[in-house]
Amino acid sequence: MNVHEYQAKEIFARYGVPAGEGKVARSADEAVEVAKSLGGERWVVKAQVHAGGRGKAGGVKLCDSVDDVRQAASDLIGGELKTQQTGDTGLPIHAVYVEKPADIESELYLSVLVDRATRRVTFIASPEGGVDIEEVADKTPERITQVAIHPAAGFQAYQAREIGFFLGLDKKQVGEFVKVMKGLYEMFVECDASLVEINPLVTTKQGGLIALDGKLNFDDNALFRHKEFADMRDMTQENEREAKAAEHDLNYIQLDGNIGCMVNGAGLAMGTMDLVKLHGGEPANFLDVGGGATTERVTEAFKLITAGEGVKAILVNIFGGIVRCDLIAEGIITAAKDVGIEVPVVVRLEGTNAEAGRKLLDESDFDLIAAQDLTDAAKKVVAEARG
Amino acid sequence: MSILVNKDTKLIVQGFTGSQGTFHSEQCIAYGTNIVGGVTPGRGGETHLDRPVFNTCGDAVRETGANATMIYVPAPFAADAILEAADAGIKTIICITEHIPVMDMLRVRAALDDSDSVLIGPNCPGVITPGECKIGIMPAHIHQEGKIGIVSRSGTLTYEAVFQTTHNGLGQSTCVGIGGDPIHGLDFTDVLEMFENDPQTAGVVMVGEIGGTAEEEAAEYIKAHMKKPVVAYIAGVTAPPGKRMGHAGAIISGGKGTADDKFEALEAAGVATVRSTAEIGSKMEEILG
Repeated sequence: MNVHEYQAKEIFARYGVPAGEGKVARSADEAVEVAKSLGGERWVVKAQVHAGGRGKAGGVKLCDSVDDVRQAASDLIGGELKTQQTGDTGLPIHAVYVEKPADIESELYLSVLVDRATRRVTFIASPEGGVDIEEVADKTPERITQVAIHPAAGFQAYQAREIGFFLGLDKKQVGEFVKVMKGLYEMFVECDASLVEINPLVTTKQGGLIALDGKLNFDDNALFRHKEFADMRDMTQENEREAKAAEHDLNYIQLDGNIGCMVNGAGLAMGTMDLVKLHGGEPANFLDVGGGATTERVTEAFKLITAGEGVKAILVNIFGGIVRCDLIAEGIITAAKDVGIEVPVVVRLEGTNAEAGRKLLDESDFDLIAAQDLTDAAKKVVAEARG
Repeated sequence: MSILVNKDTKLIVQGFTGSQGTFHSEQCIAYGTNIVGGVTPGRGGETHLDRPVFNTCGDAVRETGANATMIYVPAPFAADAILEAADAGIKTIICITEHIPVMDMLRVRAALDDSDSVLIGPNCPGVITPGECKIGIMPAHIHQEGKIGIVSRSGTLTYEAVFQTTHNGLGQSTCVGIGGDPIHGLDFTDVLEMFENDPQTAGVVMVGEIGGTAEEEAAEYIKAHMKKPVVAYIAGVTAPPGKRMGHAGAIISGGKGTADDKFEALEAAGVATVRSTAEIGSKMEEILG
């Protein structure tokens, strides 16, 4: 789960990670109030959306007067921001973050994540901040360093000193940097974060360090013990259909193709999408209906798939393990009728009682196309989608 | 022979009396798995499915001599259950539970590094040696005793590989679901090594998916150490970067862990790869003749 910059910075502050002075505002009036209470003569107004690349997309505005702040906030709030990361459908802006501009000397990159290969919480750092870190990794990998934290020993100051000197910080800044990394490590572990990214972490002309931006992701599986963070979830920033799917305990991800896919199991769902592509089709989605594939879940899944524009055919691929295929077939027939599906549906059923299941599909008055096997299913659905 | 589990395996079930634990324990017992008891704290002394219930793993091991455990304990308590089993001296720990927090698994793995217990999973279908012992949630009847070892990160894709190798008469020696979580117990290389050393296994099917570098590491291992043929399939060619495809581990981040990268690494190691899930069984048949 993702949170906004202002929420991340609030949590940073609790762990002694300096994030500058600023506050969230939900209207132009509020933005002006925040600017006045912060004082000074210049402010930065930043759109709060769950996506990077806001600066380039016009979502960050430098203001020289409170009138400018009012203008910037009213331009942004209520609008939509399309960045490199959002794609064509932008994200709605319901709030802005108003902060004092930092006196930037240099921009650095710092992130924390769990490295699955070493199974350690790992810091990644680079003196190339404020740019796309993937590009840095690609072109100048020697400008990136990392350090892994042992779970029993925990964070050690030398690990931060190593990175600090690598980043070119002076002695005083390295002292500050040790505190920043220590705070971030404690935050990461205590909050069950899955990613913290500060890009950029800046050094100021006064010699300090400030997290100018903050990205914070939480481990969804740990939200049960962090109600406070779970409540920070902003559904308006998530894909509407994906959020709806989550409500029904379905795993759904929207893609660009025209062949809807409904599969049981995440791995098989990916495998089915790949097979559709291999036979010349384009999957419209990833959808895991789960092991049970009950009538109710299949119905919800059909609704999600058919809500997509441009879905020309649907492939249902169920490997009936513990649940019998004839029961699953009945569920599919009922659901297809209830939802009133108007595009061809190709069904591949395998596993327990598969023969009986296929027979039910063939005999149903609803036009379902039973496939003989996986390859047959993929070929049929691609042919149907072409019309 | 087989790997990890066989007819001599004495199994206990943690989360024995819950609905999932009960349902799948019944299935395992029906298959012939020797379940010697279960653990549900506070219900020690009771009998469930005609088997004794214990308060702790320690009690269960002392009373029954169990050497394996199957865990259905809910995610918030699963890390605790795994470590309790290891502490009780259980050598083979199979954790079915999904949605365990990553930080929990990080600590569990670090602790298990100092023990001689092996963990399979979590978030996996389990382990089965057909005809001898089924531990987990896989549908028993699709399996057939035979000579193919199967190791997979995904449950239903394992069933696909099983189904196809049963269909063409090769059968399976042992099938191991290593689970779809970023931090888990046994990895591809561990299981590949066991299959390489198992006389019953003639060939190995490896089913990977996007995310991480476990398949690349497996490729290196295969190139350096394996003589038996390996057929590999990787799911997620069509997965977009940055999206989590169901499994917590199935995510492409920063251009790393793509299916194409993994196919390339495996092919460079001389592994026979298939681009279609439907061709896993036929490819193996072709190789073994």
